[in-house]
Amino acid sequence: MTNFAQLFFDAASLGGLYAMAALGIALIFGVMNLVNFAHGEYIAFCVFALIVPSTDAVAVMLLGRAPALILVPLILALGAAIAIASEHAVFRHLRRADPVAMMISSFALGFVIRNALLAAYGGRPKAISLWPDLNTPVRIAGAEVPLLQLIVILTTLLVVAGLAALLKKTRLGLEMRAAAENFTMARLLGVKANVVITGAFALSGALAAAVALIMATQTGVADVRMGGQVMLVAFIATVIGGLGSLPGAVAAGFLIGAASVLLQAFLPLDARPFRDAFLYTLVIVCLLVRPQGLFVAASAKPRV
Amino acid sequence: MSSQHAQHRLAAYSTPLILSAILLAFVAFVVILGDKALARTAAETLVRVTLVVGLWIFVGNSGVISFGHAGYMAIGAYCSAWLTLKPQSKALFLPDLPPWLMDAQWPVLPAAIASGLLAALVALLSGAAILRLSGIAASIATFAFLAIVNTVYSNWEGVTGATSSVVGLTRYVDHWVALAWAVAAIVAANLYANSASGLALRATREDEVAAKASGIDMYRHRLWSLVISAFFTGISGALLGHSIGVLNPDSFYLGITFISLAMLVVGGIGSLSGAVIGVLLLSLLIELLVRAERGITIGATQFALPSGSQEILIGVAMIFVLILRPAGLTGGREFKLRLTLPRIPLSQEPTSTN
Repeated sequence: MTNFAQLFFDAASLGGLYAMAALGIALIFGVMNLVNFAHGEYIAFCVFALIVPSTDAVAVMLLGRAPALILVPLILALGAAIAIASEHAVFRHLRRADPVAMMISSFALGFVIRNALLAAYGGRPKAISLWPDLNTPVRIAGAEVPLLQLIVILTTLLVVAGLAALLKKTRLGLEMRAAAENFTMARLLGVKANVVITGAFALSGALAAAVALIMATQTGVADVRMGGQVMLVAFIATVIGGLGSLPGAVAAGFLIGAASVLLQAFLPLDARPFRDAFLYTLVIVCLLVRPQGLFVAASAKPRV
Repeated sequence: MSSQHAQHRLAAYSTPLILSAILLAFVAFVVILGDKALARTAAETLVRVTLVVGLWIFVGNSGVISFGHAGYMAIGAYCSAWLTLKPQSKALFLPDLPPWLMDAQWPVLPAAIASGLLAALVALLSGAAILRLSGIAASIATFAFLAIVNTVYSNWEGVTGATSSVVGLTRYVDHWVALAWAVAAIVAANLYANSASGLALRATREDEVAAKASGIDMYRHRLWSLVISAFFTGISGALLGHSIGVLNPDSFYLGITFISLAMLVVGGIGSLSGAVIGVLLLSLLIELLVRAERGITIGATQFALPSGSQEILIGVAMIFVLILRPAGLTGGREFKLRLTLPRIPLSQEPTSTN
């Protein structure tokens, strides 16, 4: 008999990871209609920032040696920095381009970052050990739960709460919500586009960094491709949640995490390798039932 | 006025002529140089022309970005492998194929057409569901389709060989075969774009609501264009398989999806000429950079780009093109000949009175 507490923790931690990545994508989409395919590379970049650049098979810790109290803020800042830098270098010049051109250029940017990482670190995945103690299991409600899963769940809740507070209580948050609602109108009312967009990119990059830290601890591997899979699921989550809706992105992230864990647990053994096929079929069904997403942002409806 | 309209129509049909001439000149140039490696690159480039033109038939006319075309490509490529591989090697690598498929050993041309038809059939079924959506939801659904195809083909051990590659495909696709299919795709794309269905579809691309209000059944035209598009995409998959000789599900996943979309967008998504030019220019750039990475000798000095810089430079070049020309290099225009028809004497046209 499968342990339900175990399933719950698995689903919540995987969902939390997806939710954070989805938030990072939804934030940027909200302010500038950009589907940022470079998000996965921000994640990979932050993971690789932990180790010394070399093409050797053995990873030597660089930033990873710093104590957690310094390391965490440092990596978050680094994620924010690369996101802001990419906005300045690329997306700022494409504000008037159509969403497809922006999307393709974000892909091109991701391609550049990925290949720069490949050139600096080599193509083989590397074993890294960041806070290995966190993978020791703890017994809760009859389930063996790695401490990290609890931390992921807590972090997600904290991040979501913190972001909600930021968006509801601060001036920048107010401006970002206004921009997400109607960017032109917000600008006419005195919202500074550059400030809002830079803010959104900084938050998005910091979220990518948080995802990077969690993945590095969880998998113990640094791989250039590790951001891609998460980014795609997160991208799907933002669409299912309703593009431009931040609560929707979080909810859909958790939903996909849960669906994925449940399918893994309850599919017959023969069908299990095809889990993702079932998952994506559910995605299509979900879209057919609610094409605008689960949580429809008021601005998402086309006006005639 | 009707004669001017006729001229526009005729000019529109001159586009495939010009594009085919460009491709023919490209192949002729390669043949004259007689470089073997270059001929191989030319064949691959022309296969990509078939792919991107196939992609354009749907994406360019409907304005819906599809991430799913690599899936149709995979379906075509594997179908051709099932039909053309030797029964002995199929028994060895793909033991779960049904008996009639196991014994099949078709000539390559019918196999390629069958691959296209299978991809078109799958497009009809998947599109019937996916195209009920529009905008970004449709794009995500096409991506989900791609992920489904990839998951199935990477795990269906006895039928697709899963992640171990299928080898031993006859490598019959040289630059002439690829040229023939590329030209066929261009002609079909042009005929479709100028057909009643193509024009209606382009109207929905410009303004969905207005087109619907004019009585255009968007769903039907999108589905129709997806089916035609998938036919040529499936064939391009088969051609790719028979040009490199090895099939692997992951060669039909995100990498090729993005590179084909990038070629389309860099060339200009709004026009067929853009699709062809995008492929030619990006392929040329990639080839040049790959050679530069290997080292070029100019006079007495030899210099080489550091390895890995080729991909980075391509990415940077793509970003520059998109920043400088967000609508692509052609900006949605077609290459056309200005033809002057002998003017047909018309009855006196009523001049507007208001």
